[in-house]
Amino acid sequence: MIAGTNQTVRDGLTEFLKIRRGDIERAWAATPVFTSKRPADAAEECAELLSGIRQVIETGTEEDPSADGFSAVRTVLGSLASRSAGGPSGSDRPDVTVLKAPLLRLWGEQGHDEDVTNAGALALSTAINTLRIAVLEIELSAGADTILSQRQQLTELSTPVIKLWDGILAIPLIGTLDSSRGQAATEALLQQIVAQQARVAILDITGVTAVDTLVAQHLLKTAMAARLMGAECVISGIRPQIAQTMVQLGIDLGEVATRATLADAFSHALRKIGMAITRSDNEPGR
Amino acid sequence: MTSVVTLHELRIREEIDIVHVRQTVREVAVSVGFSLVEQTKLVTAASELARNTLKHGRGGTAQVELEKHDGSTVVRLVFRDEGPGIPDTELALTDGYSSAGGLGLGLSGARRLADEFDLHTTPGEGTTVSVGFRAGRAAT
Amino acid sequence: MSATSVIEMGDVLLVTVQGELTDHDAVALQQDLAANVAERSSRGVLIDVSGMEIVDSFLARTLHDIAAATELLAAKTVIVGMRPEVAITLVELGLTLPGLATALTVADGLAEFGDGVRPL
Repeated sequence: MIAGTNQTVRDGLTEFLKIRRGDIERAWAATPVFTSKRPADAAEECAELLSGIRQVIETGTEEDPSADGFSAVRTVLGSLASRSAGGPSGSDRPDVTVLKAPLLRLWGEQGHDEDVTNAGALALSTAINTLRIAVLEIELSAGADTILSQRQQLTELSTPVIKLWDGILAIPLIGTLDSSRGQAATEALLQQIVAQQARVAILDITGVTAVDTLVAQHLLKTAMAARLMGAECVISGIRPQIAQTMVQLGIDLGEVATRATLADAFSHALRKIGMAITRSDNEPGR
Repeated sequence: MTSVVTLHELRIREEIDIVHVRQTVREVAVSVGFSLVEQTKLVTAASELARNTLKHGRGGTAQVELEKHDGSTVVRLVFRDEGPGIPDTELALTDGYSSAGGLGLGLSGARRLADEFDLHTTPGEGTTVSVGFRAGRAAT
Repeated sequence: MSATSVIEMGDVLLVTVQGELTDHDAVALQQDLAANVAERSSRGVLIDVSGMEIVDSFLARTLHDIAAATELLAAKTVIVGMRPEVAITLVELGLTLPGLATALTVADGLAEFGDGVRPL
């Protein structure tokens, strides 16, 4: 509750928001916040927004972004937030503060005493400012949700286990391997070893940007766990510069088989399960 | 907000009690939604520490607690004995050191499996080992 | 509480371990197996651990000791069907059991003994 906003001012404001409703809604609908909307939708949203503002003014809660009046129009705020989140950022994007000027202009036309006019203008400004905070909060929480779901998707996306042959699996690791993604990859691979009865699993690190001691240790642990289960792990796609870093860091992959390319690892795996690759004697095209 | 609830208090007097600890801890892990790998790590650590309590501490208790810190869940196991204590904790936490003919991985292994590890020991008075396991690390 | 069965398949012993094993059960199994292998001149022992939900350091040591003892009796031990979560935990514990032969399935395990043994 704003000190000095006495009951006379509040009554005046409530009266104003009721009587001049049509004018305010029309003025708002013409602002950049709503011009991109279909006129019918814009009118409806303006009406909802205004009834929210009237509620916070009536109850004196215009300073509180979580006030009932603001939460009643949450769907409208959400649509405003998503519009600005999807659109251009910074000063270009429609900002609810543009609703303030027409509101104050219409309030000024009411012809109250100077004291009442000023106090009322202050309350209305506060309400619009708080509205802006409420929109920002919605934007921020939408952003956080997006980040969370994208991270989840990334974890799932980055661990596809591919069947190359009966009994041979490959998992192409891509990007940076942090511990949660590394763990997800290991678990997915080991599960598939059981599900597909795979005797050889190829960990391809061609797409891994950097191999530090932790990543190397993780690869080693995966290989050892696979061996305990009765499968063999081959690590392929160690690029020359990564091989050099690994040597400089003193990383030793021990007894784990390594191959330069996925193709080399695949032919190793085929031999391992008793298959041989021979060139066909048939004439080409036959 | 943090809340701590003690779910179980188990005695460790004989070998079959190690199995009871494993089963109880498994039930708790399942009930709070631990993944299969998380469950297995927790139960394995519980088995190691319960055996230590029995063999080195001449028996004691295992306490199973559930801690909630805004949204995250920690299962904490506290093993207490009034045995001879550990004269050299540094040495006891070294891989391969064994005073009971095991692989010498009881304490050091449990520490590696757990997210939080705490050891208090006083020679002649006993030992308390506490381990904490967080759920859903992969999903954060 | 635990159900451990030993089946003779030709000259290979197939051991299936299921459920909760106490330390005592594990030691008893180790002794039984050594006696069995010596008595029947078995060529190998297959231990199917696919029914085991955990393998802690005591059980890992037992498996390792069984392998070492059977080797002294000129037989080979192969551990079959270890679950992924158990394997991950053992590696995390620092128990990689080097030198212990492993196989995905009983059929793969039998193949480790070469010709002369066929899966039923």
